Amino acid sequence: MTQTAIAAEHLVKSYGSIKAVDGLSLNIRKGEVYSLLGPNGAGKTTTIEILEGLRRPDEGNVSILSMDPWKNAVELRRKVGVMPQGFNFIAKITPKEAIRHYCTLFGVPDNSKELLELVDLTDMARVSFEHLSGGQKQKLGLCLAMANSPEIIFLDEPTTGLDPQARRNMWDVIKRLKSEGKTLLLTTHYLEEAERLADRVGIVDHGRMLAEGTPDDIIGEHGNGLYLRISGTAELASRIRSATGLECSSKDGLVDIKIDANENIVNVLRVVESVHSKLSVLELKREGLEDVFVKMVGRMEGNE
Amino acid sequence: MKPSHILSDLVIYFKNFARSREGVFFTFIFPVILIAVFGSIFSHGTGGSVPLYVQNLNGTTGVTQEFLAGLNQTHLVKVHMIPADVNVQNYITRNSVTAALVIPSTFTDAVRANTTTTLPFYYNPTQSSSQFAAQAINLVVEHFNAQLSGTHSIISVSQNTNSVVATSYIDYLVPGLIGFTILTSPMFSTTYIVSSYKKEKIFRQFSLTPLTKSEWLFSRFTGSFIIALLSAGEMIATGVILFDARVILTPLVLPFILLGVVLFVSLGTIAGALAKTEEGASVIGNIITFPMMFLSGTFFPVSAMPSWLQGIAHLLPLYYIIDGLNSVMIYTNGAEAVLDIAVSATLALLFFVIALAVFSWKEE
Ligand SMILES: Nc1ncnc2c1ncn2[C@@H]1O[C@H](COP(=O)(O)OP(=O)(O)OP(=O)(O)O)[C@@H](O)[C@H]1O
Ligand SMILES: [Mg+2]
Repeated sequence: MTQTAIAAEHLVKSYGSIKAVDGLSLNIRKGEVYSLLGPNGAGKTTTIEILEGLRRPDEGNVSILSMDPWKNAVELRRKVGVMPQGFNFIAKITPKEAIRHYCTLFGVPDNSKELLELVDLTDMARVSFEHLSGGQKQKLGLCLAMANSPEIIFLDEPTTGLDPQARRNMWDVIKRLKSEGKTLLLTTHYLEEAERLADRVGIVDHGRMLAEGTPDDIIGEHGNGLYLRISGTAELASRIRSATGLECSSKDGLVDIKIDANENIVNVLRVVESVHSKLSVLELKREGLEDVFVKMVGRMEGNE
Repeated sequence: MKPSHILSDLVIYFKNFARSREGVFFTFIFPVILIAVFGSIFSHGTGGSVPLYVQNLNGTTGVTQEFLAGLNQTHLVKVHMIPADVNVQNYITRNSVTAALVIPSTFTDAVRANTTTTLPFYYNPTQSSSQFAAQAINLVVEHFNAQLSGTHSIISVSQNTNSVVATSYIDYLVPGLIGFTILTSPMFSTTYIVSSYKKEKIFRQFSLTPLTKSEWLFSRFTGSFIIALLSAGEMIATGVILFDARVILTPLVLPFILLGVVLFVSLGTIAGALAKTEEGASVIGNIITFPMMFLSGTFFPVSAMPSWLQGIAHLLPLYYIIDGLNSVMIYTNGAEAVLDIAVSATLALLFFVIALAVFSWKEE
C-alpha cells in the first residue's frame, strides 16, 4: 500500500470577495513529484501556503504526514522544506550565513558548502543577499528549503526567472531529490517542465482543479487526440468539411483536421488532390499538454 | 526556548546591523552629537532655571524686593509667588511644587535690627530642580549675610539643604540622554524591523524554521540591551570628558537599561505589528516616541517644566526610567529608584505580553 504524504479535502479560501481557492482537493503519495499548473492568479500559491501551514483555509481539511499543518506547524517544520514564491531574506546577510543559521536552528551539521555547490552558488557564498541577482536569490531559497533534509519539499515557481542553464540545473536538483525519495509539490507555468519532472499534474484555474493525472492521462482524457495539419485556405477547409464531415479549422494558411481513423487521412488527401491544391505542409499531430492547458483555461475564461 | 536559537539569531542580527551605516550612525554617533550640542548650549547658560515658589508674609519692603531680585539674578531659579493668605504646605501638595521658600513676617525687621531670622524652605530632595533652588537661595542668603554682618549669620534657612550637592545641567543631561538612547534606538529599529520583515515576508521565512516568536523577541531584547549598554557608556564618557559631568557609576543603572529596552522593544513590536504598512509603522512609532523624547526629562529636568506638562510627563513610561537613572546616578537615592523600577517593570511586562499577543508571523 502506498502512503499518502499530502492530502487536502475541499479547500476553500477567500480574500474578501475574491475566491482564491474554491473546493480544491489533492492527494499526493510519498515519493511522488506533483506539479500544479495554472495561469496567474489561479490559486496555486494560496493552495501551497495552506498546505505549508502558512495560511488557514476557510473550509476543508489538510493532512501533511498525517498532521494538521496549521496546528502542528512546529512539529512539521522539521519534516517540510519550503521555497516560497518571491523568496526573500535579510538584506545584508550572505548565503553562507543564512544556511548556517538555518542549520543551527534545525540542529543539523553545517551543510552550507554542499548545498551551495549543489545549486552552483559557491561563488556568491559571501555576497550580501541584497546584491544577489533574482535567480541567485531563488537558488538560496532552494538551499534553505533543503537545509534540514526534509521529507516533503514545496517549491512555488522554482524556475521562474532563471536562465536556461540555471533552469536545467534546478531540474537536476529536483530529479535528484526525487531519486532520494522526497515528496515534491511544485508549481510552474512551464508545461514542458511539468511534463518533464512530474509524475502527476494538476491543472488549476479559479481555485478549482480542472484536470488531474499523469501528463499522458490528461492529454488522453481532455485532448482532442490526433489531427492532420496541411497548408491551405479557408475555402479548402470548408470543402474538406463538406466532403468528409470531419471537424475542420483554418488559420494563418493552415488547416487542421481532426482525425479518428486512418481512412480520414486518405479522404482528406483525396479532396486536396481533387481541387489541385498545392501542399507545402503535411503533418500528423497529437495535442500536447500545452494545447490541453490553453484550451481548458481558455474555456474557463470564456465562461466569465 | 533554546539559547542556541537566540544566539544564532543574535549573530545574524548584529552582522546585519554592523553592515548598515545608517543604523550605526543613528545608534552610536547621533546621540553623541546631541549631547555635545545640548551640553555646549546649556552647560554654562541660563537654560536650566527652575521654578522656585516664594510666599512673602512680610509684604513689599525694600529688603524683600532686594531678596527676591537677588534670587532671580542667580539665573538658577525663576521666582513664582504664592499668595500670602494660603497654607503653604497645602499649596505645595496641590500644585506639585518641588521647591518653596517662605519669607516670614518679621524678615525686614530682623534684617534691619541685625537679629537672626529663619526662612522655612520646603523641597523635594528627589527632584532635581530643588537642588537648583537650594543653590540659588544659598547664594542670596550668603550675600545678604556677608553684607549685613560679616561675622555671624543673620539669615538662616531651615531644612538642612546644605548637605545636598549642587548639580548642574550637564549632570542631568547624561542620564537624560541615556534614557533617550534607551528609547529611540530600540523603538525605531524594532518598529522598522517588524514592519519591514512583515512586508518583505522575512517573518514568513522564520516561521518555516524552529525559531519561535519568543526566541526572536528575546534575541531583540538581548541585542538592544548590548547596544544600549554601549551607548550608555558612550554618553557617560562624553559627558565626563567634554563637560565634566558628575555622575555616579553604579550597577543600579543596569536594571533601568534592561527594563527600558524590554519596554521599548515591546512597544516597537506592537507599533510595527499593528501598522498595515512600513510608512504607517513609522508614523505610529513617531507618535509614540516624540512626546517621550522631549517630555520625559531627556533634555530638561521634568521638574523645570510647567506643572501641567509635568502631569503629562508622569504618564510617559520613559519618565520613570530617567527619573530612576537620575536617582541612582545623581542623588544615590535608592528609595525613589525602587518605585521607578516597580513602575518600569510593570509597564515592561505589560507591553511584552501585548507584543506577544498582537505580533504574528503568519497571515490567516
Ligand atoms: N494576501 C492576499 N490578499 C488578497 N488577495 C490575494 C492575496 N493573495 C492572493 N490573492 C488573490 O488570490 C488569487 C489567487 O492568488 P495566488 O497567489 O494563489 O495565485 P497563483 O496561482 O499563485 O498565481 P501566480 O501564478 O501569479 O503566482 C488572486 O486573485 C490573488 O489576487
Ligand atoms: Mg503563485
